[in-house]
Amino acid sequence: MTGLITIRIAMRALVRNKTRSLLTALGIIIGIAAVIAVVAVGQGASVTMRNQISSMGNNLLMIFPGSQRTGGFHGGAGTQQTLTAEDGEAILRECPMVQAMSPMVRAGGQCIYRENDWATSVQGVNVQYQEVRSWDVASGSFFTDSDLRSAARVCVLGQTVAENLFQGEDPLNKTIRIKNMPFRVVGVMTKKGSAAWGQDQDDTIIAPWTTVRRVLQNSPFNNVNQLMMSLVSMDALPAAKDEISKILRQRHRLNQTTDDDFTITDMTEVTQMITQVSSLMTMLLTIIASISLAVGGIGIMNIMLVAVSERTREIGLRLAVGARRRDILMQFLAEAVALSGAGGIIGIGLGISVANIVAKVNHWPVMISASAILLALTFSAGVGIFFGFYPAWRAARLNPIESLRRE
Amino acid sequence: MLISLKEISKVYHMEEVDVPALRSVTATIDTGEFVAIMGHSGSGKSTLLNLLGCLDRPDSGTYLLDDKEVSRLSSDDLARIRNQKIGFVFQNFNLLARTSALENVELPLYYGPKISAAERQERARSLLTRVGLENRLGHHPGQLSGGQQQRVAIARALVNQPPLILADEPTGNLDSRSADDIMALFQELNREGITIVMVTHEPDIARYAKRVIQMKDGQIV
Repeated sequence: MTGLITIRIAMRALVRNKTRSLLTALGIIIGIAAVIAVVAVGQGASVTMRNQISSMGNNLLMIFPGSQRTGGFHGGAGTQQTLTAEDGEAILRECPMVQAMSPMVRAGGQCIYRENDWATSVQGVNVQYQEVRSWDVASGSFFTDSDLRSAARVCVLGQTVAENLFQGEDPLNKTIRIKNMPFRVVGVMTKKGSAAWGQDQDDTIIAPWTTVRRVLQNSPFNNVNQLMMSLVSMDALPAAKDEISKILRQRHRLNQTTDDDFTITDMTEVTQMITQVSSLMTMLLTIIASISLAVGGIGIMNIMLVAVSERTREIGLRLAVGARRRDILMQFLAEAVALSGAGGIIGIGLGISVANIVAKVNHWPVMISASAILLALTFSAGVGIFFGFYPAWRAARLNPIESLRRE
Repeated sequence: MLISLKEISKVYHMEEVDVPALRSVTATIDTGEFVAIMGHSGSGKSTLLNLLGCLDRPDSGTYLLDDKEVSRLSSDDLARIRNQKIGFVFQNFNLLARTSALENVELPLYYGPKISAAERQERARSLLTRVGLENRLGHHPGQLSGGQQQRVAIARALVNQPPLILADEPTGNLDSRSADDIMALFQELNREGITIVMVTHEPDIARYAKRVIQMKDGQIV
């Protein structure tokens, strides 16, 4: 008996019991659909996260002021006032691994253009900010070094702010008011999208940090909220951290027993965390999928045992007209594999649809890999062979005389 | 000589009690014979038919089928002999349910030498025509009368052109008119040279055979 005929006979037996076959295959369908959807969604999500992280800027490193210690008590992070733009410039000068550096002073407030208003954050930075964040100007230009020196009231808008304040109108050279202070718009940034933690990176206004410090924060001091820098490469990260730390400790005149008055963070921690979370999720869902496949397989074994006992007389007859035990074994094995294989194919279809829906809802790319589909097919066929073998073996072992007598 | 049995014995073991089913049976059946095996239940006639049909092996003795010793063959070899040399006809027809008459007749061809689907169908169709069912090719067993079902079964038994047909109470489930038709068909096949061995307990049916073997307590009397 050839393989093709065996498969055809198996398919016919399944079609004869449509409802039963479908219900039996349901476990496999769900299991495979889960595997496909999970892999697709997981890959889509991790690609999206990686994109979002790199949208923060390449090889990004951030320095925050540390906590202040007064009389044995620690204040919260950022309470130190010691981190200055000069620190940043010194690091840029002395540490060759640092490619670009920008201080960051944060302010926030209501922005007004004519009858439109919009509450947003204002980032006070320097001209290297573009390079640090790898973020270009879409129209107009970025502010200049002389704007920075003179603390000029100029600003560059993020896309979200530009849309909300100007609503289609060209913002260039218009004057907006931030916290009632007039600022001239010199440029609009390109669209950056949302950050890994969901924040809209385009909902911001960028201005010279000197201006933000003096005009918006009304502060005579030149300490900053944060220093951002990009490194020549990610490999330089540990060495760069060490060197930056040395430079800052020296500049802040900290002796060996004193704690750092700053914290250096980089995106690898965020990346690692995201990778960890996503691999945990993948593992969890893989376990669920495996359980579902096992349950589906047991369902197939159960129904195949029923089929063998229902069709004992058919088996006896086939043996009588010349079927070998191997033929009977292959027939029932083929039925089990056809059942799980069909379940697998339906499951792949279902999984792809689910992945598409999830991707659409979350604005993720759909990542359905051929290898995942191949794996799913192999798995479903494997489940059929594994769980179908025992019933098929029982069928092949039947005694033809007794089987023929069975009513 | 088609069948030669020499001192065939078969004992069934049932819960520590040995039940002898055949005791040293010796018999020969020539090509072209039409033999009826008769006897009460428990006389060993079914056991004998199963051994003749290579569905079972004797405990001792030799069974030459077509001059070939078959009592010690492997189960795969026995399957091939059943497929090629023997056609079975059963009391309860044993047709596959929800399967057309044509496909039922084709069934033994799947387990024989490879032939094309077209040839398979052609052979099944010509045999169904031969037994007078040319208008019932696509009918399922449930749509056929008992007599028609048994004709399908006979067509199935003939599809590999075996020299021997073994029938186990072939008319047991039929009314007397259908039974007569089936027996007439058997006689016709026998005239064409096919050897038929039939188990029955009805003297009316046994009368169609050329020779009657009476069995009692596992022996031929």
